Parts: sequence; structure tokens; C-alpha cells
Amino acid sequence: MLDASKTKSLLVVIRHSPYGSSLARASLDVALSAAAFGQPVDLLFSGDGVLQLLQGQQTDAAGVKNIERLLASLPLYDIEQVYVDAEAAARYKLELASAPLPALALDRAAIGELLQRHDHVLGF
Amino acid sequence: MSSPASGQCAMTASRFAHALLARGHSIRRVFFLDAGVGNGLSTTVFPQDEADRLQPWVELSEQHGVELILCIASALKYGTLDETEAQRHEKAAASVHPAFTVSGLGQLVDAAAASDRLVTFGG
Repeated sequence: MLDASKTKSLLVVIRHSPYGSSLARASLDVALSAAAFGQPVDLLFSGDGVLQLLQGQQTDAAGVKNIERLLASLPLYDIEQVYVDAEAAARYKLELASAPLPALALDRAAIGELLQRHDHVLGF
Repeated sequence: MSSPASGQCAMTASRFAHALLARGHSIRRVFFLDAGVGNGLSTTVFPQDEADRLQPWVELSEQHGVELILCIASALKYGTLDETEAQRHEKAAASVHPAFTVSGLGQLVDAAAASDRLVTFGG
């Protein structure tokens, strides 16, 4: 279906907390789908979205899929590292070293540069 | 995007699409994700003194040939079923308007790869 000669880099910006809205999961599905079709894709966690990177998420009682486990599987789709808004991570006192996959904190200037260098930005 | 019954997001998106076409741009595809799949429901009834949120999308498809795609994972979750999915999951009725097609996220990826611009109306 996809013409392999056409690739556009995609940045998926995730602002939703992991279990507060179905958009949290849907935005990760978009990233996985783009990666599965061979498109270069990066993820930026921002605002409440940084909570998706919390360690030790327990979802059995909630009856929904575990976002932490999904994030841990991203390297299988060649997404080796994600980006995190440093200000939001600090506000939530997030320990990036224990995130489910390597996460690089970016300041505002670096986030601006990240947005600039992608062909498409999808914000959720 | 959000559900057409909640807030202005869906109306803004369909008006934006019509405005683009009026200015001579072309739209390859509209992809509806998450609660946005509610835009494709044929069974919504809007109050008489409010705007119809379905008709602008149907006109995009019928008058301008714009593809309207509902994400299948979201569509199933939100009960937005076409004939095939209603039968497959043994549900009483299909609820998708025929102007819309239920398909996968690959349709979004494909359109993004082939387009100059990707515009999102986020939740």
C-alpha cells in the first residue's frame, strides 16, 4: 500500500496521561504504525504525557492495556529512544533513568529544534 | 479529534477542510482517530436549532471526492461499525454512514508520507 520511496519524518507529541484518556493509547498506536511502515518517527512526551514514562504501572485491576509494557517494546520497532520535555519531567519529579525505555530530556530550545527538523508533527 | 457531540473541534475541522478546498488546495484524505470516529456515525440526530455535524463531511466526500477514513481500532471501541464489522462481531446493526470507510492506521501513515502538510485537530 505504502510507496516506500516516499518517507516523511514524523514527530508524535504526546500530552495525555497514560490512563486518563483513550488518546494516550491511540497516539502510541499512531507512532507504532508509522514505524511499522518504515517511516522515521520520534516521540516527544510533554505536559501530563510524561506520566506515561512512570515505572511500575499496574493495570490489571483497571482492565486496560499496560502503557509501560507497550513503551518498553518500542525498541522492537526501531524506536530506541524518546524525548521528554525537561520542565514537565521536573514538575512531576520523574526519574528518567527508570523509564521503560531510554528517554532524553530536552529544554525549550531543544524542543523547538526537534519540532523544526521533522516534516510532520502530530499532536495529541 | 474529539467527538462531534462535544466542543467545537469537529466543526472546526470540517469547516477548515471546506475552506482549504475553496482556496484551491487539495485534500488527500481525512483520518478519524479515537473519539473522532463518532463523526462517521449515521445514527446521530442533532437538535434542530444546532448545526448538523455529519453533513459537512458527507459533502466533502460526495462533492469533492475526499476520502474519509475511520480508524478501525477506534471504530470498534466506539461502536462505529460498517456492515462487514457488524457481521463479523455479530452486532445488530451497522452504524457508519456510507461516505466513510473503516480502515487501519496505515491509511494515516500513507497519507502523511505522500502529503506536503499534515493537519491535526487534537483532542
